[in-house]
Amino acid sequence: MGQQGPLLSIDHISKEFYGNVVLNDVSFELKAGEILGLVGENGAGKTTLMHILFGMPVIADTGGFKGRICIDGQEVSFSSPFDALDAGIGMVHQEFSLIPGFTTTENIVLNRESMKPSILNDVFGDRMSILDRQDMKKRAEAAIEKLGVKLDPDMLVSEMPVGHKQFTEIAREITRSKTRILVLDEPTAVLAESEAEVLLKALRKLASLGIAIIFISHRLHEVTEVADRVVVLRDGIAIKDTPVAGVSVRDIASWMVGRSVATERVSEGEAREFGPEILSVEHLWVDMPGETVRDVSFSVRKGEILGFGGLAGQGKLGIPNGIMGLFQAGGVVRLHGKDVPLNEPRTALEIGMAFVSEDRRGVGLLLDESLKWNIAFTAMQIQGKYLKTILGGLFRIRDEAEMRKLTEEYIAMLDVKCTSPSQKAKELSGGNQQKICLAKAFAVKPDLLFVSEPTRGIDVGAKKLVLDTIHRYNRDYGTTIVMVSSELEELRSICDRIAIVDEGKIAGILPPTAELPEFGLLMSGLGANGSQEDLSA
Amino acid sequence: MSGTKSLGRFLTEYAVVIIFLLITVAAIPSSGLSIQYIVQEMITRLGRNTFLVLALLLPIYAGMGLNFGMTLGAMSGQIGLILAINFNIGGVEGLAFAALLGTAVFMGWICGVVLNKAKGREMVTGYMLAFFINGIYQLIVLYMMGFVFPIRSSAILLSRGYGIRNTLNLEIVRQSLDNFLMLRLGEYTVPVATFLVIAVLCVFVVWFKKTKLGQDMRAVGHDMSVADSAGVPVDRTRIIAIIISTVLASYGQIIFLQNMGNMATYNAHDQTSFFAVAAILVGGASVKKATIPNVLIGVILLHVLFVVTPRAGQNLFGSAMIGEYFRQFIGYGVIAFSLVLYAWRARKDAAWSREGLRGSSSGAVPAAAAAGGEGSAK
Repeated sequence: MGQQGPLLSIDHISKEFYGNVVLNDVSFELKAGEILGLVGENGAGKTTLMHILFGMPVIADTGGFKGRICIDGQEVSFSSPFDALDAGIGMVHQEFSLIPGFTTTENIVLNRESMKPSILNDVFGDRMSILDRQDMKKRAEAAIEKLGVKLDPDMLVSEMPVGHKQFTEIAREITRSKTRILVLDEPTAVLAESEAEVLLKALRKLASLGIAIIFISHRLHEVTEVADRVVVLRDGIAIKDTPVAGVSVRDIASWMVGRSVATERVSEGEAREFGPEILSVEHLWVDMPGETVRDVSFSVRKGEILGFGGLAGQGKLGIPNGIMGLFQAGGVVRLHGKDVPLNEPRTALEIGMAFVSEDRRGVGLLLDESLKWNIAFTAMQIQGKYLKTILGGLFRIRDEAEMRKLTEEYIAMLDVKCTSPSQKAKELSGGNQQKICLAKAFAVKPDLLFVSEPTRGIDVGAKKLVLDTIHRYNRDYGTTIVMVSSELEELRSICDRIAIVDEGKIAGILPPTAELPEFGLLMSGLGANGSQEDLSA
Repeated sequence: MSGTKSLGRFLTEYAVVIIFLLITVAAIPSSGLSIQYIVQEMITRLGRNTFLVLALLLPIYAGMGLNFGMTLGAMSGQIGLILAINFNIGGVEGLAFAALLGTAVFMGWICGVVLNKAKGREMVTGYMLAFFINGIYQLIVLYMMGFVFPIRSSAILLSRGYGIRNTLNLEIVRQSLDNFLMLRLGEYTVPVATFLVIAVLCVFVVWFKKTKLGQDMRAVGHDMSVADSAGVPVDRTRIIAIIISTVLASYGQIIFLQNMGNMATYNAHDQTSFFAVAAILVGGASVKKATIPNVLIGVILLHVLFVVTPRAGQNLFGSAMIGEYFRQFIGYGVIAFSLVLYAWRARKDAAWSREGLRGSSSGAVPAAAAAGGEGSAK
């Protein structure tokens, strides 16, 4: 390899989606045989950067990007991921793109199978060639050998442990003779500790063969272990580009989460008194696709605001969805010391819990119905409120006047911008829709309120109003609130305690006043034992 | 524990076959038919129907489910036969003419394009498309033949001067393939040529699965988006699968009709897909998985039942109609039951595969870790 120019250079790349800047003048270089760790919080721009590198159509569809990508000093422009593959860039995705019913070999050489010509080639073209299974197996074994791992070439992917799936995917990328740059997006996210070890070893082996690797991971100790250099993205800016030698996990964590603006605590210095334990959760698992909760235990005291943070896909959203019965769940959940039957959304509501879903337009609102319907709906269905009986109790019909009164009350209280209580929910802006969702939950007067991603997709001004509303409701009515959010800052602004969820488990619970790097460390897969490792290192 | 689980899996996997086998075995004695008679019937019916059922295989490999759109192929085959009669091309040449007409390729292409627009709902779309194309078929055969397209043979026209008669006599091609090479084996007669054609198709299917195109088809069938991201031309592959299926269905219908010896011009294709689908499901196939043995077992089981139930009905209830009723009832029942069973099983499998993620059954995680550790040792 020797001394030579960079293999890949990312040159002053900027990208905005509809005026929203997601990448701002990002530049870095990658040499052959080098491993580059790319880290950043959700929304820092990692994914967008990789989309640009791969020529994903979504980039061109949203107005292209500014800046240049050069390979071997030549500017390249990819119009589809296939161009990127041809140029020698391989990608291992976060989700497996393997075919479960195929063997390791078949997946490794997928659509690049070895072929023997058959008599029908002249008439119908190459696709009528016979597969050369022996040669396919030979190639697959060579790739597995190159990785330095042990995989059975004839095993079905559906029967493999997850680690082997990840290796199969990497093996597929390196069988392309041209592959010189390999991008791995969170390759260790689904792996057990020992499997991750093997993977890192394999990556170093590949790098020694001259393949340049971009390694995206939220497990920072892996980055410091395997990478030669680390680039930290924050809010679309490459905040740091430094060799890994001498850099600690704590440094990277603070670069990753550090904000220039100091957090404003809504209730600074206020002494908080809580009642007895209201909710206790033991060994909860929730089968929510993409947000699996594996084993979570916690308890909440009356009047408290408990926050759940963590990176996307780690399972924080699964917790309220599981307790409220929206996804298959198991474990023990007790409200006021009484067992809560899981997987029964109606019972969960009846015993005094309410949920403001992160899926506002899907689960949260009846989009085509009026505001008064939306606000009164749960209370009406669950508690029989806002209904009046006629004909001596034979029928029950909606009490429109009561509903209107209720709606007007909440519109005034939450300052909802709307024309009338009869306006349709879909006509409101995101922030106002969120207020309606909150009003709907408030209307059932819950003992315990789950709020999930309350500020997702709404603008900055509205965010503050929504957070203030939740805070005020807690103070005025003493309602216990469990809030789940991807934005650490908003958790820190109103929560009494913040639990960080990582890989389906609670990595740790911190007070909101804790240092930012502490949160960063918990999100990076370094729980209590992890940080000890860090100290000893 | 795992023993009962695997037994449960076996039972759900083959529930349809097992139920069918039980009904059939129970119905044979009460029909009073001799085994020799039933065996001869089976030989005849295997020759008559197997090709049609084999036509369903490729779309199943390509993940498009049961190709109810094969009716389009059946109609193409019928148009071929009408023209063969019209030009008075008899014997095996007549069948070859009907087969090589090429309408089925066009029909298959239409069907493939439409089904690509309805990914994930191929079966119901194919079923409805067959009804729509049936209308066009009727327009052509009932009004345009003899009116727009000249028809030479006035014997096949309706007396008003245009449109084809309701029943078409296929005398000149009648059983020409079956009789081409008829073998007498003791008391049985075996249409060797027909079975050879079927055998060639089976060999083709086995060979096809080994080709690049066959591999692509399997990949598309397992996961369209993964295949697409690996550069497999998904839409094209699916269209090819449907075209081949439609062409094979047209051959199947030609073989079926030459055996019958006459053709109900406007109804012969009505239940083609229905009986073919019922047969393959009875043979133990599912929407996602089918093999050549499934086809053969299915054709035999379904047709044994068809042969014995009218007689059993006659003997037990004094009415042959009850057997006819059973035919319909069981055919549709099997299809509905298989589809429900398949959907139920798919959900169960998904739940099983996610079980490992749960904290309570943490057994899966150390197992994976151990496997990874094994890898690191090397």
